[in-house]
Amino acid sequence: MRYAAVAAVAALTLAACGNAGSSETEGGADVDVADNAAEDFEAGTKMKELADAGSITIGVKFDQPGIGFKSATADAPAGFDIEMGKVLAASLGIAAEDITWKETVSDNREPFLQADEVDVVLASYSITDERREIVGQAGPYYITGQQLLVKKGSDITDVADVKGQEVCSVTGSTSLDNIRAEGATPRGFDTYSECRDQVLDGTVEAMSTDGSILLGYAAENPDELEVVGEPFSEERYGVGYNIENTEMCQWIVDTIGDAEEDGEWAKAYEATLGKGGGETPTPPEFDACAA
Amino acid sequence: MTFLDGNVGLILQGFWLTIQLLVLSGICSIVLGTLLAAARVSPVPLLRGAAVVYVSIFRNTPLLVVFIFVFIAGPRLGLNYPFLVKGVLAMTLYTSAFVAEALRSGINSVPVGQAEAARSIGLTFGQCMREVVMPQALRAVIPPMASVLIAMAKNTSVAAAFGLAEATATMRGLTNNNANERLMIFLVFALGYIVIVELMSFAANRLERRWRVA
Repeated sequence: MRYAAVAAVAALTLAACGNAGSSETEGGADVDVADNAAEDFEAGTKMKELADAGSITIGVKFDQPGIGFKSATADAPAGFDIEMGKVLAASLGIAAEDITWKETVSDNREPFLQADEVDVVLASYSITDERREIVGQAGPYYITGQQLLVKKGSDITDVADVKGQEVCSVTGSTSLDNIRAEGATPRGFDTYSECRDQVLDGTVEAMSTDGSILLGYAAENPDELEVVGEPFSEERYGVGYNIENTEMCQWIVDTIGDAEEDGEWAKAYEATLGKGGGETPTPPEFDACAA
Repeated sequence: MTFLDGNVGLILQGFWLTIQLLVLSGICSIVLGTLLAAARVSPVPLLRGAAVVYVSIFRNTPLLVVFIFVFIAGPRLGLNYPFLVKGVLAMTLYTSAFVAEALRSGINSVPVGQAEAARSIGLTFGQCMREVVMPQALRAVIPPMASVLIAMAKNTSVAAAFGLAEATATMRGLTNNNANERLMIFLVFALGYIVIVELMSFAANRLERRWRVA
């Protein structure tokens, strides 16, 4: 009897480990890495330089489930932005293992690009005119809007209900400005997960940011949290690059455009953001690249 | 400087919250710190021990950890207060330990013969502290106390990551929306902090001159 129990525990442990292992590798389409990619690009372009080097550094978020998230035990981050990064790298002949993922937070995306600390940024990076003055932003490759994450059964069912309530987001984010404009008291925290904890603890009434990010948290904790209300802003995610490398824009648009056409984009969406259910959206139209 | 368009009110609001945090935490820290310093030199071993434990816990803990404790652990233990109260509480718990130590150095600078003389003419410990030791100790500790409070003024920026939209939080919002004017934004906010700190040093200097032992 005792042996049976031990065996059962061992089997469970093994199964648990097995699950944990596979969940880290799952997710995401198998991207075909281009052969001899370096020959496809003209000399002097940033793409040629990266393809020759055989490595690329991509700035991504580490704290947004579904978009860009790295758990404490995982070697590499996972999410929709990560999948798009792999698509870009593959067109340069760079395999997923040769990508260096660097965490960028909202505050340091521009400085990292300007200092060439990262080659591209895919970090739920909304396209804005102010940002386009100092960095390049190609896209949008995904469009989302600001929504609300609340505890199940909350009185807040729409953005009209947040007036006078305490709503958290990340310090310094545009989401906080928008929520202030709606009449709520903004409560900024350092990371999205801290903000989510405040909702769970009941110290704030709701969390507000891009719906895509909220869906990731709701999917992690479906018994306690839900996303409510219609989107009340439009966030167009773009790929950031150093503004001096203007040639990168067309390459990003073409590469992600190809991924949209051959279904790679939809597969990446379903494996990451789409996991929580819901329909796979049609990919957005790209902005034209400046000549 | 286009980031100033329509944001001046927001910037002033941010600094107003910084000043609120600073004044409220300053008052609470001085009150709690004085009690701790008195306990530290009191004849009651239990009070002395409690003050020593308090100071070693909060002086040796990073302020960020105190904030995490008050804002994240506290509510889970049923200790939840409005955000401003939590901010003042975290600042006070931390700063009062430094205030207590600064004051203790002042108390130690008063020759022990004075306390002995005060006790020998029949003053109680409380009277001796109030009438003889503390007035002299306070005068002696204005410079270190000013340093403690100035450090606290700058420490209020930790609250930016805990739901309080004070100056640093406002600055982060502006830099994120106006990445092209980052440097100017940093300079404007640095200037704001410098003004606050300069006012504090000015007040400390005046106080020091007025209270100078003749």
